[in-house]
Amino acid sequence: MLRVLSLLALIAVWQIAAMMAHSLVLPEPLAVLGTMVHEARSGALFFNLGVTLARVIVSFGIAMLFGTIFGIFMGRSPTFDRVADPWLIVLLNLPALVIVVLAYIWIGLTETAAVIAVALNKLPNTTVTIREGARALDPALQEMAAIFAMPWRTRLQHVLLPQLAPYIAAATRSGLSLVWKIVLVAELLGRPNGVGFEIYTAFQLFDVNLLLAYALPFIVIMLGIETLVVQPFERHVSRWRQKTA
Amino acid sequence: MLYNHSSDTFRAGDRKPLEITVKRKAFRTSSGALREVMRDLSLTIISGKVYALVGPSGCGKTTLLRIIIGLDKDFEGSIVMPEKPRIGMVFQEPRLLPWRSVFDNLRLAAPQTSDEDIIRIASDLGLGEHLVHFPGELSLGLARRVSLARAFAVKPDLLVLDEPFVSLDAVLAERLRDELAALVERTKVTTLLVTHGIEEAIRLADSILLLGGRPTGIVAEIDIETPRHAMTDAYAAEIQAQISAVFAGAA
Repeated sequence: MLRVLSLLALIAVWQIAAMMAHSLVLPEPLAVLGTMVHEARSGALFFNLGVTLARVIVSFGIAMLFGTIFGIFMGRSPTFDRVADPWLIVLLNLPALVIVVLAYIWIGLTETAAVIAVALNKLPNTTVTIREGARALDPALQEMAAIFAMPWRTRLQHVLLPQLAPYIAAATRSGLSLVWKIVLVAELLGRPNGVGFEIYTAFQLFDVNLLLAYALPFIVIMLGIETLVVQPFERHVSRWRQKTA
Repeated sequence: MLYNHSSDTFRAGDRKPLEITVKRKAFRTSSGALREVMRDLSLTIISGKVYALVGPSGCGKTTLLRIIIGLDKDFEGSIVMPEKPRIGMVFQEPRLLPWRSVFDNLRLAAPQTSDEDIIRIASDLGLGEHLVHFPGELSLGLARRVSLARAFAVKPDLLVLDEPFVSLDAVLAERLRDELAALVERTKVTTLLVTHGIEEAIRLADSILLLGGRPTGIVAEIDIETPRHAMTDAYAAEIQAQISAVFAGAA
């Protein structure tokens, strides 16, 4: 309830500010809603949201998969950690913009380049988070799995991944918001569609109305993913914890 | 570790022994010095019998156990077994997967055992109504039973117990000990029990191996003729006196 009130207050502040400014560069909430409906009717809104969402999901998936694999190896093997750590630090500190531009120059203005660039931006964060989890694995359970000669798939699914679940959840949280922001940069610089491209168009026309009409629905989508996918998943994997006295 | 790859298996009824020789086991201390903890220790484990490794705290019982089951490979010596045995292990702590139900904990450790057998073994240990619970919902006593049930569920060739009843209250420990004795009697599984409780060893074992000395070796091997179910207090007291004498002599 408090969360809804807080959100309403934000919209109210916006409304008051727009009325006071009385300028084209700060449209009122209802005007933005009007543009949203207009864009939705033409189908452009859904198409562009869909394209952006697809890029977010694919690049996020790639970054999580490889980040988790690298994180586990780096967390478990001190040698591998020493070898790979400098690469990780370089990647962590490369600005998102640099990676995106380089990917477009080296690979070309393609979908592949965009997705790889975004995934590369998220990859080091995932790796660092999962590495912490892999370092904290319980050796007692590893021994138990070894003594009972559990096959590697059982160990992965029932011994390793449940221990990493809180770290994977943390990487997912920070990852989704990071990835969608970088996808927009990649779209703005080199894709002919998507929310980022529309925002670029809006920028050229100085059309703040259009800009917000695309940005706000995407925030709603991300909020929906967080509430309907990430949180239920977290509750599911930690159900054993909640029951503990 | 050496395995003699004959086709014989290490099962109950099969008389192929398990032979353990530790010439030397040393730890490197934090200051870098090499400290010898075990020397010239050898024992033969005959299939179907129950052995208890008894000795004071810190004498290397657990170290020896870890060498036998292959968790510690950093020693001079050899382990010869007819074939790599299926091990059912009860650790000092229950070591259950907290994110899986009791049933799944048993299932994952023993994928080849049928559901009916798992449920029967769990029921034997009084876990029937706890199969759907998570380990975090169980008391320590119950969690130890799950750990025991897990070891039996794999239908082991070799049952290994490392101080399985430590930190339980006396009444509960005694009850679990009796349940364990009944299970071992029925399944005729080769068993290796590490304990510092002499009473526990007398009640469960066919043969008691007393560890002691510095570096650790086997100071005496005491065979118990009276079967588990016919154990009398008088005979137990007699063995106990015998063991005390050995330790007094070794000290």
